[in-house]
Amino acid sequence: MKQPTQQQGSKLDKIQLRENAPGKADPHESAHLHVAGEAAYVDDLAEQVGTKHIALGLSQCAHARIKLLDLSAVKAAKGVVAVLIASDIPGINDCGPIIKDDPILADGLVQYIGQPIFAVVATSFVAARQAVRHAVIEYDELPAVLDIASAKRQQSWVIPPMQLQRGNSAQAMASAINRMKGDFSVGGQEQFYLEGQISYAAPAEDDCIRLWCSTQHPTEMQQVVAHALGINFNQVVVEMRRMGGGFGGKESQSAIFACIASVAAKKLNCAVKLRLDRDDDMMITGKRHGFSFDYEVGYSDEGLIQSVDIEMIAQAGFSADLTGPVVTRAVCHLDNAYYLNDVKIVALSAKTNTQSNTAFRGFGGPQGAIAIEVIIDNIARKLGKDPLDVRKLNFYGKTEQNTTPYGQTVNDNVIHELVEQLEQSSDYQKRRQAIDDFNQHSPVLRKGISLTPVKFGISFNVVHLNQAGALVHVYTDGTILVNHGGTEMGQGLHTKVSQVVARELGVSLSTVRATANDTSKVANTSATAASTGTDLNGKAAQNAARKIRDRLSVVAAEQLGGEPDDVLFENDQVFSNNKHMTFVALVLMAYQASVQLWSDGFYKTPDLHWNQKTMQGRPFYYFAYGAAVSEVIVDTLTGEWKLLRADILHDAGNSINLGIDIGQVEGAFIQGMGWLTTEELCWDAKGRLTTHAPSTYKIPTITDCPDAFYTELFDNQNVEDTIMRSKAVGEPPLLLPFSVFFAIRSAIASVANDRFNPPLRAPATPEAILDAIQAVREGREVL
Amino acid sequence: MNCVRFILDGEFVEIENPDPTRTVLQYLREDLHRIGSKEGCAEGDCGACTVVIGTLVDDLIQFRSVNACIQFLPTLDGKLLFTVESLKTDQGQLHPVQQSLVDYHASQCGFCTPGFVMSMFALYKTNPNIDRLSIDDALSGNLCRCTGYRPIIDACMKMTDYPIQDDSNPLIYESASNRSSNMSDQEQQAIDQLRQLKRSDGLTLNIGQRHYHAPNSVNELAQIYADSPSAHILAGGTDVGLWVTKQLRQLDDIIYLGNIDELNRIEQTDSFIKIGAAVSLTEAFDALSKHYPELNQLFRRFASVPVRNAGTLVGNVANGSPIGDSMPALICMGVRVALRQGQQCREMDLQDFYIDYQKNELQPGEFIESVLVPVKDKTWQLRSYKLSKRYDQDISAVCAAFSVQLEEGDEHSKVVDIRIAFGGMAAIPKRAAQTEALLKGQPWNEGSIHQAMAALSQDFTPLADMRASQNYRQQAAANVLYRFYLETRQNNALTNEQLDVFVERAALQ
Repeated sequence: MKQPTQQQGSKLDKIQLRENAPGKADPHESAHLHVAGEAAYVDDLAEQVGTKHIALGLSQCAHARIKLLDLSAVKAAKGVVAVLIASDIPGINDCGPIIKDDPILADGLVQYIGQPIFAVVATSFVAARQAVRHAVIEYDELPAVLDIASAKRQQSWVIPPMQLQRGNSAQAMASAINRMKGDFSVGGQEQFYLEGQISYAAPAEDDCIRLWCSTQHPTEMQQVVAHALGINFNQVVVEMRRMGGGFGGKESQSAIFACIASVAAKKLNCAVKLRLDRDDDMMITGKRHGFSFDYEVGYSDEGLIQSVDIEMIAQAGFSADLTGPVVTRAVCHLDNAYYLNDVKIVALSAKTNTQSNTAFRGFGGPQGAIAIEVIIDNIARKLGKDPLDVRKLNFYGKTEQNTTPYGQTVNDNVIHELVEQLEQSSDYQKRRQAIDDFNQHSPVLRKGISLTPVKFGISFNVVHLNQAGALVHVYTDGTILVNHGGTEMGQGLHTKVSQVVARELGVSLSTVRATANDTSKVANTSATAASTGTDLNGKAAQNAARKIRDRLSVVAAEQLGGEPDDVLFENDQVFSNNKHMTFVALVLMAYQASVQLWSDGFYKTPDLHWNQKTMQGRPFYYFAYGAAVSEVIVDTLTGEWKLLRADILHDAGNSINLGIDIGQVEGAFIQGMGWLTTEELCWDAKGRLTTHAPSTYKIPTITDCPDAFYTELFDNQNVEDTIMRSKAVGEPPLLLPFSVFFAIRSAIASVANDRFNPPLRAPATPEAILDAIQAVREGREVL
Repeated sequence: MNCVRFILDGEFVEIENPDPTRTVLQYLREDLHRIGSKEGCAEGDCGACTVVIGTLVDDLIQFRSVNACIQFLPTLDGKLLFTVESLKTDQGQLHPVQQSLVDYHASQCGFCTPGFVMSMFALYKTNPNIDRLSIDDALSGNLCRCTGYRPIIDACMKMTDYPIQDDSNPLIYESASNRSSNMSDQEQQAIDQLRQLKRSDGLTLNIGQRHYHAPNSVNELAQIYADSPSAHILAGGTDVGLWVTKQLRQLDDIIYLGNIDELNRIEQTDSFIKIGAAVSLTEAFDALSKHYPELNQLFRRFASVPVRNAGTLVGNVANGSPIGDSMPALICMGVRVALRQGQQCREMDLQDFYIDYQKNELQPGEFIESVLVPVKDKTWQLRSYKLSKRYDQDISAVCAAFSVQLEEGDEHSKVVDIRIAFGGMAAIPKRAAQTEALLKGQPWNEGSIHQAMAALSQDFTPLADMRASQNYRQQAAANVLYRFYLETRQNNALTNEQLDVFVERAALQ
């Protein structure tokens, strides 16, 4: 079973390269810089003379009016240059991405412990942090809502409820042969980007601001900074070369820091850096939404789902932020890979006095989908069946039973063959039998195995966001620069976009360089989010490169003979009429003929429509699929556990870059496993987050990577005309480690011979596991 | 002479009047603009700042990874410093640890990568037989949020296979597995440089009202501390560093133990192993592991390699945190601590050293000179179990240690003597006195063990916090006592394979 790890990497070499893309197995464009410590992040940029540093004063009360704010001692502290409060913001004191309920600095009212109240600007980072401690703040405490249950009791919501209904779930429930009620909860997750939030702002002439900001959404940063300063969008330039990870946490929530740094820079007329200490970062910023579910399901004796009625509640935190779209995606992923004929979903967004939860890889999709997986797991155990059989029974059909509850036809379904292939390659059936045997004879340790599927919709749920622009410059030495609206956070977007441009112009990848995202180059960009970075920006860059190629083809045909349409660009050469010349020579010739050698490009995803009110439409251009098998061993005395083996088969369509795609799949798997196991967010009775640093918040480490870890990409092509027929790969694989959670659940259930469904909450910490073991031993179950 | 001297990239560096608590990371990033090393947490938990320190041990250079974010600048005095910028050749070629990471797609966002590079560099230089377990060990202090680690593991497996150029600097490029028998000129030169930096007297920095002493002898240390009992003793800095970076405390008077050869020693007599106050956890565990291999998993799960390289065993003991991982086992082993105040020396049992939360028997000006670990008494069986959310580098919810002396009986053995100690269950690392009393003289069977498990709740009323609830701590504490029984009962004793989910880690060893 176990093979040395190093053999697994060689899978790359075995995969047949179907479509030629320069650098299909090439490393990340910045890899050589990463390893040398030469890749520059915002904090690494040379500082301007006289640069000042900011630290933030945070609320120590979950919900209160500020009675007294005495900052005189802060101002008098060593190194302090200025102290900013809400009234120092010249424009609008708000940075909410959709609804305007996100103050930049709290103005009289604080709504969570960690909310920024004031900003200290000092000569050094340390001086600013030390000065913060001298503040005297008195609060008039107000009642605080700290969790989903109290929010529900008090009907405390950040946005109105959503409802999606198809068929008649009540009637179908009444006529169902079996019915089951249950509940489930899944915790939130800290993004834990290794590079914390940072913004570096510098004033420029004519009231302009130049901002270097670690953000997934430079355009939104441009806009909120302009609003905060009361200036125009064309007076703010935001630049972003690379982030040290984002994972959704720098989509909207980089805004507050961008705004404060810019306000300070403007006020003091000097460059100002706002880099957060890790603890402050975790205390201030939002995380993945935790969810709770109450459901009733009706099902046949075979395990076919006949009706689902579910209420899901997301913990939004103190403001709306991106909760609306997150919950919409949760609703649209309750189905995961399963056809639900009669279904009613009510989705609520709880307003609590905690950090405002935000985007995190999967964006509600994982939370929605895990609910149906829990339901299916429960049905299977109730019926004494292998959960895999019940899963298969409920899969979407290919030509019938292929409409989602939100009205979209699934026309690219490969889940049947994908799961079939994985079931074989992972030796699932044999191992399941072996595990049963092991559990019969093992006095303390129990094993479990699970295969779970993924179907994930690709596109922003807001139709108009599905657009992108790019600029391609061909210089007279034949080298190429590409700039586009996406940001690089490690996902390899710049590598893939460069590959696309290299392929269009038939040049080697080393000829193409991608540059920093810059709001003064491509305007009005969307966030790099929803896994759409390559789909959108790759297409836009292709469009730009193609325009240049078309112009060059005319020149080549004139020079070599033949028709422009027949000119071929390949291997740094240009072919026409059985003759050829180098790409460089053609470029120089075109330049001398006054042909434009740079171009813009644009793309919008076709055929999308969505009605948020009825929750019907075609929100997704296509679906990405995958499945994973995980095998775990659990200590029934302590709840400690270990992932022994994981097998993954994932659909990235026609992969543009194998190393990058496999990296996304494996990375998401381990990250999602962390969400469901070791990563536990805790707040104390006052609402103070107590897990606000890596010493207390535990993301997976190297030992958590299983000794046997087999990842393969499914042989597929996108049925839609995406860039090179590839599929988005950022978020979908985050759902693969559901298999780890359900393998743990299966190991626990074996303690009572699978008679009870373990009430295992997520994250499945050793404590949660031991609680569930205790429960099944005592015959208590989830139902 | 308010001056700290060390060697960076083959050159002597002298820093005059340094801030004694400026971290190595601040120095690198802010003063030198050597921005390759990153700050991810400023508490030694993420590894993005990892650098490698070289010291002279037995006339050879010893390479050790440490967290630059909590290492104070003056502790570099007399050492070699390697950062991620030190590794490329003069011609700009990547080092094998760097090239292998590139080739195996092992960086995504790249922010953690320089730290991984340096932990891998230390592994490359020190371990001639790299396998999965030694990789996990070496990188247990480096967090990566992007890759899931698999490609990094692959890169580590392959890094020593990369060819190196003839003219490359062996000090940096020669791996432990390809080490030639002859000392290279470059290594000899580095050794000579280190010898040149060796001080005949201690280092003293007086910066305004702030003082940093790094004495050379225990006598000198005892004198300085007796004269300024309010000074802070600094050994590895893995806790003191956080007082500065997280609590923003200003430490005006520091006494550093790291330069005292006498305290850097491990001595063995017929009856005990003496571990000096400056001995790192890495060296201490290496020594103890030879006598107590049953504690290997505990040693491995204790913090991470960079923390164990800097931190000391005596520091862990002196700190006396209720969740410190070494004390329950040390208490069960019957460890004694040797204390010194001025010229006065005394010894006591470790279990008597702790009084209450962060209170111990140390008098003003008194310090722990060493711990005395008894050599193994084979009539006792010892185990220690650590429970936490994560295997690597986590703080215990419960850390348990058990030691029992059994006498064979007809059906069951009988408990002659037993020691039970827990971390995470009280304000101090503490023995379960009532449970022990209950078990003494009793048969070692299901009946007594279940009584003992229930009795634990009389010995301990643990707290609830973000690591575990009171209920879990109580239940898990009782359950690991049961596990200890299952491992040591006379009939049908269960094996590690039957009890330990991490046993495959041991099998890899």
